[in-house]
Amino acid sequence: MLRLENLTMVVGDNHGENREIIRGINAEFVAGKVYGITGPNGGGKTSLAKLIMGIYMPSQGHIYLQDQDITALSISERAQLGIAYAFQQPPRFKGLTVKDLINIARPGIDNLHLRSTLRDVGLCPEDYLDRDVGPGLSGGEMKRIEIAQTLAREAVVSIMDEPEAGVDLWTIQKLIAVIVGRYKRKPDLVTIIITHNENMLHICDEVLVLEDGMVVHRGTPEEIWPHIKDEIECKMKEMCSGEMAYEIR
Amino acid sequence: MKFGEIETNLLKTIANLDGVPKGAVNIRIDGSPALRHSSPNIQIIPKQDKPGFDLTVAPGTKGETVHVPVILTKSGLKDLVYNTFIIGEHAEVTIIAGCGIHNSSHMNSQHDGIHEFILHPYSKLKYVEKHYGEGSGEGKRILNPTTTVQVAEGALIEMEMVQIAGVDDAVRTTTVHIQEKGYVKMVERLLTHGDQHAESHVEMYIEGQGGTGQVLSRSVAKENSTQVFKAALIGRAECTGHVECDAIIMDQSKIKAIPQLVAEDTNAVLTHEAAIGKIAGEQLIKLMSLGLTEQQAIDTIIEGFLR
Repeated sequence: MLRLENLTMVVGDNHGENREIIRGINAEFVAGKVYGITGPNGGGKTSLAKLIMGIYMPSQGHIYLQDQDITALSISERAQLGIAYAFQQPPRFKGLTVKDLINIARPGIDNLHLRSTLRDVGLCPEDYLDRDVGPGLSGGEMKRIEIAQTLAREAVVSIMDEPEAGVDLWTIQKLIAVIVGRYKRKPDLVTIIITHNENMLHICDEVLVLEDGMVVHRGTPEEIWPHIKDEIECKMKEMCSGEMAYEIR
Repeated sequence: MKFGEIETNLLKTIANLDGVPKGAVNIRIDGSPALRHSSPNIQIIPKQDKPGFDLTVAPGTKGETVHVPVILTKSGLKDLVYNTFIIGEHAEVTIIAGCGIHNSSHMNSQHDGIHEFILHPYSKLKYVEKHYGEGSGEGKRILNPTTTVQVAEGALIEMEMVQIAGVDDAVRTTTVHIQEKGYVKMVERLLTHGDQHAESHVEMYIEGQGGTGQVLSRSVAKENSTQVFKAALIGRAECTGHVECDAIIMDQSKIKAIPQLVAEDTNAVLTHEAAIGKIAGEQLIKLMSLGLTEQQAIDTIIEGFLR
C-alpha cells in the first residue's frame, strides 16, 4: 500500500553544514494494519510523517502509494489520493469554525456523521461545531479537533502525530477505542500512529522505532517493548505528573 | 416599482434585497430618491435644505428593519447626501444601508454619505452597511462615508461596516460619543486589491460613566492596494474601551494601523491589539493537507477571516 524506498532527507544546520535527519529509510506499510512509530525526540518521526504527506521533500529516495510514485506530488495531490495527516501542533484560524474545517476535510459530510466524529474525540457537537478554531480553544481542544478531521476523512493512509499529546488520560483511552474501532483490521486502510504512549503502542500491529533518522527496531509491540520500555515509561511519568498537576489545580 | 438588471444585482449584493422590502424603505439611485416608504413607526422625511432625509423611529418600536441603500450607475456622478437617523427611547430596530457603484466608463463615480445617528436613552440599533463596486471602466469608484453617532444613556448600537470589493478609493470617518452606560460595538471588514486605497479614521469618545466602546477591524490587502486604519479611543469617565485591528497583508500591498488610547479619567480602562501579517505558511499547509489547492486554501483563509 505505502512504500518508502531509501528515503533520505538532508537539512542545513546552524553552522552551514548539512545533516541527514532521515537516513535511507526503507519500509512498507500494508493495508489492514495499524503501525506505531516511536523513538526518542529528534529521531525523525515527525519529519518522516511530513515527508509522506509532502510537506517536506526528500533529498533522495521514493514514496509509493498503491504502486504509484508520489514523491514529486504536492501536499494537495497526496491528500486527494488519500493521505491524511493529523498535525502534532495544528495551526489556528481566525474566522474558520470547527464545522468549516471538518467540511473541508470531508466535503459533503452529513450532519450525523459530523456530530458523531466530534463525539468520538470527546467533544460535544453543540458546544463546538460553530466555534472558531482560533485562540479561544485550548491546546487539548485543538488536538482533538485535528484528530476529528482525520477521522472524518476516512483516508486510505491516516497518519496521526502524537494524538495523545496535550490530551487528558480519559480522552486518550477513548481515542484508543475509536482508533481500534475505525482502523483495526480494516483491509483497505493503513494507519500510522506516532506515539510515546504505551497503551497506544499496544493497539498497533507493528511498531517501528526511529532513532537518528533510521529505523533501528521493527516488530510487534511485544517484540519492541524491551527496546523502548525505559523511554516510554519516562514519557508516561511526565504525562501522568502533568495530569496530576492539572487535577490538583 | 421595477429596477433594471444592474440595479437589481447591486441591491441584492449590498442589501440582500430581492425586491421591494416591506416596511420603511428609502432607495436612492443616481442622486435621486427612487423609492421611499414610511411605516407607522418609522418616518422618512426628505430634508428641506439639502439632499437626504430624516429617519425617525418612534419610541418603543420593536423588531422593525429599514433598508436605505444607495446605488450609482451613472458615470461621472458625484452624489452627496445627508441622512439623519433618530432612534426613539427604548426602540429596537435594524437599519440596512450600503452603497453599490456600477461604473463602466472612464469617468469617476463618487458617493459621499454624511450620516448622523442620534440614539435616545435605552434604544438599540443594529446598523449594517456594505460598500461594493463593479464595472469594467477605468473611472474610479469612490466612497467617502462620514458618520457621527450620539449614544445616550443606556443606548446600544452595533455597527457592521463592510467593504467587499471593487471600491477604488474610500475614506471613512467615524466619530462616536457615548454617554452613561451606553454601548457601541463597531466592526469593520475590508478587502482591497489592485491599486485600491482605503482609509478608516475612527474617534470614539466614551464620556459617560459605565460606557463601553469597541472597535474591531479585520482587513485584507492584496496586490498593490493600500490601507490606513486609525482608531482613537478617548476615555473621559469610568469606562471600558477596546480597539482591535487585525490585518492580512499580501503581495505588494501596504497597511498602516494606528490604534490610539487616550485616558482622561483614572478609572478609564482602555486596551488595544493590533496585528498585521501574511497568511501563515502552516495554515496553508494544513488546508492543503485536507485536499485544497494553495489558491483554494488562501481563499478559504481570507473568506473566514473577513466573515
